Amino acid sequence: MPKTYHSVRLEKERCRGCTTCLKRCPTEAIRVWDGRAHILDERCIDCGECINVCPYHAKVATTDALSSISRFPYRIALPAPTLYGQFRGVACIDDILTGLLHLGFDAVFEVARGADIVSKAIMDALRHKTLPKPLISAACPAIVRLIQVRFPDLIDHIVDIRQPMEVAALVAKREFCQANDVPEDQVGCFFITPCPAKVTAIRNPIGHELSALDGAISILEIYGMLSAKIRKPMPTEKLATSTLFGVGWAKGGGECAALHAENSLAVGGIEHVIRVLEEMENNKLSDLEYFEGQACIGGCVGGALTFENSYIAKNAIRKLMAPMPDLSPDVAVDTKYLRNYPLYNTLPILPSSIMRLDEDIGEAMRKLEQIETITKTLPGYDCGACGSPTCHALAEDMALGFAGEMDCIHKLKGRLQDMAQQMLEISHTPRTPRAK
Amino acid sequence: MSGIREVFPVEAGGFTTAGEASATIKQILKKLGVDAGVVRRVAVASYEVELNLIIHSLGGELLLHVDDHRVRITSQDRGPGIPDIDLAMREGYSTASEDARSLGFGAGMGLPNMKRNADQFAITSDPGVGTCIQMDFNI
Repeated sequence: MPKTYHSVRLEKERCRGCTTCLKRCPTEAIRVWDGRAHILDERCIDCGECINVCPYHAKVATTDALSSISRFPYRIALPAPTLYGQFRGVACIDDILTGLLHLGFDAVFEVARGADIVSKAIMDALRHKTLPKPLISAACPAIVRLIQVRFPDLIDHIVDIRQPMEVAALVAKREFCQANDVPEDQVGCFFITPCPAKVTAIRNPIGHELSALDGAISILEIYGMLSAKIRKPMPTEKLATSTLFGVGWAKGGGECAALHAENSLAVGGIEHVIRVLEEMENNKLSDLEYFEGQACIGGCVGGALTFENSYIAKNAIRKLMAPMPDLSPDVAVDTKYLRNYPLYNTLPILPSSIMRLDEDIGEAMRKLEQIETITKTLPGYDCGACGSPTCHALAEDMALGFAGEMDCIHKLKGRLQDMAQQMLEISHTPRTPRAK
Repeated sequence: MSGIREVFPVEAGGFTTAGEASATIKQILKKLGVDAGVVRRVAVASYEVELNLIIHSLGGELLLHVDDHRVRITSQDRGPGIPDIDLAMREGYSTASEDARSLGFGAGMGLPNMKRNADQFAITSDPGVGTCIQMDFNI
């Protein structure tokens, strides 16, 4: 099996082997072995939770450098609407988009416009198709992967329409090539990303083969340069064309608002999303029409590669949206976009089998029994000192052969005490005097 | 072969731990690699039966038994029992207390929902003694 690509990775020198990320990973994808964190590739969903919590900034995301755009003669910037909330005192979106042109891009295309098109396509699906309820948003790739790993029985609830960034790239490239009469391979589309999950989704798309994007540059990477450009007085070009609802996708609940879905639920923060998905598995939410779950608190504005605090960013976006006309994407987007572009998934979203203990159910039962037996011998402190997130996870690692009993420091301490006692006893062995 | 056997005690009125037993059952089945559709049906039915124990019974336990061809969920409680099972099996019929209804329970869908999701469903009840529900799901 090919090694899965991940944007989230470890800077070894910075890691102190503490247990912060270990305890917070929602898929138990981290182990601390030999004083360093290790990411279990098959389990990682690139949610960025570890990047957010690491006190030593040892967890980082691989993204493209701004300089990498030079490998294309023509470059288009595709900013996530989250970018708009990163700057204080900016009165209009055009200032930010114009600033991007000054960073070396030939054109900008708002991912918010992609969100408008996707909104219309979802509204169309909700109206005309018989779909499982609730329909689950596919906007957050970390949540889609979470479902593949932990909730495979909910896969058929996921929206089968590509993400706004993909749709934006498809439209941006074609429109640019037609307007400027250049071949498509001369044009590079670069997503300005708020999070590592999107970077991974570009390298390893879910639901379709190749990404329409050629790279992803983090908001943090361009933040400094872009804010300097924005602050300088310059003639602003009229570039923003999306609706306020497309922009709103940056905030948690923005997608539901764009869909004008009354009977919807928006949840931010991966732990909360997990709880709600559990309810959904129990059929407790089948009266709901739409579910928008996002790994980050506050939605994309809470992404690990953003600069501004998520609440402040959310407020900034709200202010930018306020003067925009209240025009629904359903009305604003021409239906030709739904017909002329490959918006829909062409590949099935497959369940991940990583949670299962063995391919053979009999063997899996044997391992499960072994895990339960081992768990009973462990102290149940869930301290993480062994390098596994909980005692139960250590028991699982032991049963699968990745860890040993003495990795538990409490067991080790007990063993050492026993050995010390035995040594004491040996050294005190009374000698019977030799008979004369 | 003997397979997996687990017992989950469920307390009467224990809303703080409501759903934990069925969540653990779900987790176990996923680890065993049981088909996602079956896991879903077991999840729905075991959650309903767990809530039934909390709301209606004087306490009891859920038993999980998995072998290589089926998942069996057995619920046993200590009363009060169901006087008229046919009536209780009717959709919309409920004897849930005001307290339980105020929490959104008591729609009278519990038993019918269990029966719909299980491949085999059996219920016996002895008023004053207790109720036993056995549900089988083919793997």
